[in-house]
Amino acid sequence: MFIQAIVFFPLVGALIAGLLGRIIGHRTSEYITTGLLIAAAVLSWIVFAGFWFAPEAAEAGGHAEATKVEVMRWIVSGALDLRWVLRVDTLTAVMLVVVTTVSSLVHLYSIGYMADDPHRARFFAYLSLFTFAMLMLVTADNFLQMFFGWEGVGLASYLLIGFWYKKPSANAAAMKAFVVNRVGDFGFALGIFAAFVVLGHLDFDGAFHAADGLKGNLPVIHFLSWDLDAMTVVCLLLFMGAMGKSAQFLLHTWLPDAMVGPTPVSALIHAATMVTAGVFMVARLSPLFELSPFAMTVVMLVGAMTAFFAATVGLVQNDIKRVIAYSTCSQLGYMFVALGAGVYSVGIFHLFTHAFFKALLFLGAGSVIHAMHHEQDMRNMGGLRKKIPITYWMMIIGTLALTGVGIPGTPLGFAGFFSKDGIIEVAYAAGASTGYIAFWALVIAAMFTSFYSWRLIHLTFHGEPRGQHHGHEAHADHAHDDHGHHGSAYDNAHESPSVMLVPLYVLAVGAVLAGVVFNDLFFGHAEHIAHFFQGSLVVPEELLEAAHGVPVWVKWSATVAMLLGFAAAYQMYIRDPAAPKRLAHANPGLYLFLLNKWYFDELYDRIFVKPALWLGNALWKGFDDMLVDKTITEGLGNRVKDITGKVVKLQSGYLYHYAFAMLIGIAALLTWAIAAGGLLG
Amino acid sequence: MIFSDHLLTVITFLPTLGALLLLFVGGRDEAANNLARYIALGVTLVTALLSLWLWYQFDPSNTGFQFVENYNWIGESIGYRMGVDGISVLFIPLTAVLMPAVILSSFGSITKRVKEYLIVFLVLETFMIGAFATLDLAMFYVFFEGTLIPMFLIIGIWGGARRIQATYKFFFYSFTGTVLMLIAIMAMFWQAGTLDIVKLLTFKFPPEVQTWLWIGFFASFAVKMPMWPFHRWLPEAHVEAPTGGSVILAAILLKLGGYGFIRFSISMFPDASHQFANFVFVLSIAAIIITSLVALVQTDIKKLIAYSSVAHMGFVTMGIFTGNIYGIHGAIFQMISHGIVSAALFFCVGVVYDRMHTREIEAYGGLVSPMPRYAVVFMVFTMANVGLPGTSGFVGEFLTMLAAFQANTWVAFFAAFGVILSAAYALWLYRRVIFGAFTKESLKGILDLDRREVVVLVPLVILTILFGFYPAPILDATAASVNLVAENFANAIGAAPQAVAAATGH
Repeated sequence: MFIQAIVFFPLVGALIAGLLGRIIGHRTSEYITTGLLIAAAVLSWIVFAGFWFAPEAAEAGGHAEATKVEVMRWIVSGALDLRWVLRVDTLTAVMLVVVTTVSSLVHLYSIGYMADDPHRARFFAYLSLFTFAMLMLVTADNFLQMFFGWEGVGLASYLLIGFWYKKPSANAAAMKAFVVNRVGDFGFALGIFAAFVVLGHLDFDGAFHAADGLKGNLPVIHFLSWDLDAMTVVCLLLFMGAMGKSAQFLLHTWLPDAMVGPTPVSALIHAATMVTAGVFMVARLSPLFELSPFAMTVVMLVGAMTAFFAATVGLVQNDIKRVIAYSTCSQLGYMFVALGAGVYSVGIFHLFTHAFFKALLFLGAGSVIHAMHHEQDMRNMGGLRKKIPITYWMMIIGTLALTGVGIPGTPLGFAGFFSKDGIIEVAYAAGASTGYIAFWALVIAAMFTSFYSWRLIHLTFHGEPRGQHHGHEAHADHAHDDHGHHGSAYDNAHESPSVMLVPLYVLAVGAVLAGVVFNDLFFGHAEHIAHFFQGSLVVPEELLEAAHGVPVWVKWSATVAMLLGFAAAYQMYIRDPAAPKRLAHANPGLYLFLLNKWYFDELYDRIFVKPALWLGNALWKGFDDMLVDKTITEGLGNRVKDITGKVVKLQSGYLYHYAFAMLIGIAALLTWAIAAGGLLG
Repeated sequence: MIFSDHLLTVITFLPTLGALLLLFVGGRDEAANNLARYIALGVTLVTALLSLWLWYQFDPSNTGFQFVENYNWIGESIGYRMGVDGISVLFIPLTAVLMPAVILSSFGSITKRVKEYLIVFLVLETFMIGAFATLDLAMFYVFFEGTLIPMFLIIGIWGGARRIQATYKFFFYSFTGTVLMLIAIMAMFWQAGTLDIVKLLTFKFPPEVQTWLWIGFFASFAVKMPMWPFHRWLPEAHVEAPTGGSVILAAILLKLGGYGFIRFSISMFPDASHQFANFVFVLSIAAIIITSLVALVQTDIKKLIAYSSVAHMGFVTMGIFTGNIYGIHGAIFQMISHGIVSAALFFCVGVVYDRMHTREIEAYGGLVSPMPRYAVVFMVFTMANVGLPGTSGFVGEFLTMLAAFQANTWVAFFAAFGVILSAAYALWLYRRVIFGAFTKESLKGILDLDRREVVVLVPLVILTILFGFYPAPILDATAASVNLVAENFANAIGAAPQAVAAATGH
């Protein structure tokens, strides 16, 4: 098995680049980390192929044992026996491929993108460290190792968002990302404790086995002051962690801010891999979630809400990376809808395809930003198609994949077409009111997705270059690194070097083919899916059949929505470029509401951040300083001092005497105690 | 062999021997100072090696006391008794290993009364190790109380501008607590007729007596930990203490409180401990949440870390009074881990204080540019302070919260807020000190870690990460004794509480 190599190559790379970077130099660090990652990616594909072409003889739907490699003991206490174990099953193999492929391409791309940065070795060390943590997460065999990977990717994300540490906005965003994720971890941690109390195991097989035994006889847990369904408590707490990591509605605020980090980081961490950890977690724990229909409903509704909410905000953003970030947020919502419906394989399918086309879009955006000398505001772009044609076509492919272009009923379509339409069909098939709510939310979100994606293309690549004559308005809120390249940015725009373009080609192949090639494994017949996943996640046969048999209008709904979005974007940004401004002026309230992201940042600042600081000050100055110190301690102390003040002068010169007096005092007390004790006892 | 029969005595009193040796170092010139420094360093290094030998020789499967020395002194009731079990054994290497680092770190920063400084620290080491190693309550009291004197001198003589107020407050709090403990010790003697800890551990105090004894010991240990709201002396003491004093205070002296809770409160007064458990939980949660919020708004680096210490000790007291294996195991781990991490954090503060002579957060910023090595080291300890898995800070928090969840979900629920708040205050501190543009005029020319600082800090980095990934050396050494304590506690109070109600259909 290559699994040790896959997981530990990136760690080795991180250590070499991190500790020896100064000695061996930037170039060598880059080559070593990138080389190790490419090796890991190749090995991952070999592992994946093993599952892909698994012999038919393997029992369809049977629970094949996952391969487990023990590394060493971890926390052993009482009945707890947690070890570092690398677990490989189909679900892990899919994630291995996603993580190592995107990571190795991002490493490669960064050689070009970060070429001028004076701290490149550190950057590559962080990238590899991230990859290691992510691989530990997806190979986890118990809750705690998953939590380790979870926090490890959080650390790497923190370090990479704040990589340009001189920018205050980067430092703020890094910290925000970590702390908001910790809010999710608050739930994750409690969920782990609850799982241990309810199931008695923290290793996955033990916990799943125990959960199996609970079927039809679900226990009740006394949580806080209420008696609640135990599995619902466990799953919802764990899901809170997933919401934080995957930037779901209410815990999403960190993701758009994270875009101040270098763009390769956005592609790797904040699009393709880390943010999908929540999706992976729910899929991995599908045997537990299956036991709580209520938790599943919550997962679905949160996903639908996020898909819709993020898409609305994406409509009006002006920073090219923020548009894609909201798109990511929205697409993650799609994945959760599939999970909530119980068709985990489709959620993972979208995770898989999304990794390719979203990484492609981000790296493409990076190529644009690189060409424009760190300009990120789309209002200062335009007409770049002629300047950077390769990037342009790559972005077009990414957009076609993201918006889900394809012909329903045929195997013709880009990657997103298969996975996204699959989710929409699943939502419809799930039925009940929640299923329909999710269905319509996703269809509308699909229309918005198409609109903002084409808006991005039009603003960036089509029309007249606007770089030279940016108005005062454009100046107002650009969050990018200001290099003073205005005016000349367009003229100086240049296509990226091939070290940056090759990763785009590879990802573009994935964005085109990942859907059609793998559709059968993730969203084909139930037996095929069950055969492929070999019990690593739950496969609901009936629901899958229902999803395949949805009415024709449902199958076409996403495509129609996509076409409508495309038409609207074409109308507003090509045929009548003044229209957006008119629309914004006509509906200032709505426009500002969307532009300011539904005012979540302002709200949280007011209800969490400011009160916490106020409370801290009040408790410190009020309680500690005033009450305890001034009133009690010093009040009491002053009485004592009044009495003893004449005798003992508390000056350093007298300290020895004072200490000596203490010693005598202790001796006297002790003697007295013994004597008294001896007499009385 | 006489040596291994008296290993604990040797480890305990070797530092004092070193202190006596220092008395013979004459002169006040730099050569004399250096001689004194190297003698102290040598003595503490030998002690550290012996303590590691003790750890190595310790048999973790044996739940009884090991390396026992037992001599009667005043009748049968008071004696010279030494011995360690899984509860106490690790605190001795923790103390002894940190000591050379403390001595080494003082080489640059302490320039006046060098010899006295070293003597006081060596005497303090004897008291600290003695308190963990003794098996006689009278001796425990002497050692426990004895630590006050050197600490008092350290802050009072080598401290900062407001050192007199700080020493006064430190002494006032501690002494009030220990007087109550002394009364409780006397009461125990009247009850049991002995102060032999081994005998006391099997003596069953009547429940109504336990209540009073528990309160007496609580007064002392709650101040020492310190638990909220008895913590007020700590930030002041830390701010005024020299770096070495802060390190010892945070890393070792606070642990005397936690050790005392396990050795005496839980083990000897189980009924009272059970009765007071909710009270302790409330104070622990208050410590975790309130002091974290207070840490958030501090403007002084040392005060911020001091408050975060109080919050971390909240996990310890919470874990201990769940009375179950995970809680006690986690509490011990948390104490060892905090011993390493808080020591390192105070060393880190000392590094910049030695250079700039200010602890104001405002005065710093952008240190990553001139001090990249420092930035890395500080990041590791910041993350350990935050409790990131993969650092030693995680294991203890995880186990104590798991135990709390089993005992009472409300407790775990509130304690988990510490997870969020610790990230907030620690990362904000890091951001303000290390990140940002390096523009402050006053910081120009600041140097990165020198070789001596690297020698002090790097071993702590290694330990922090090693115990994060492989905590077995600590967990295994303590497991058997922890099981015994938890078992005895459960037996004394009846069945252990369970969070999961019976399955509906069973």
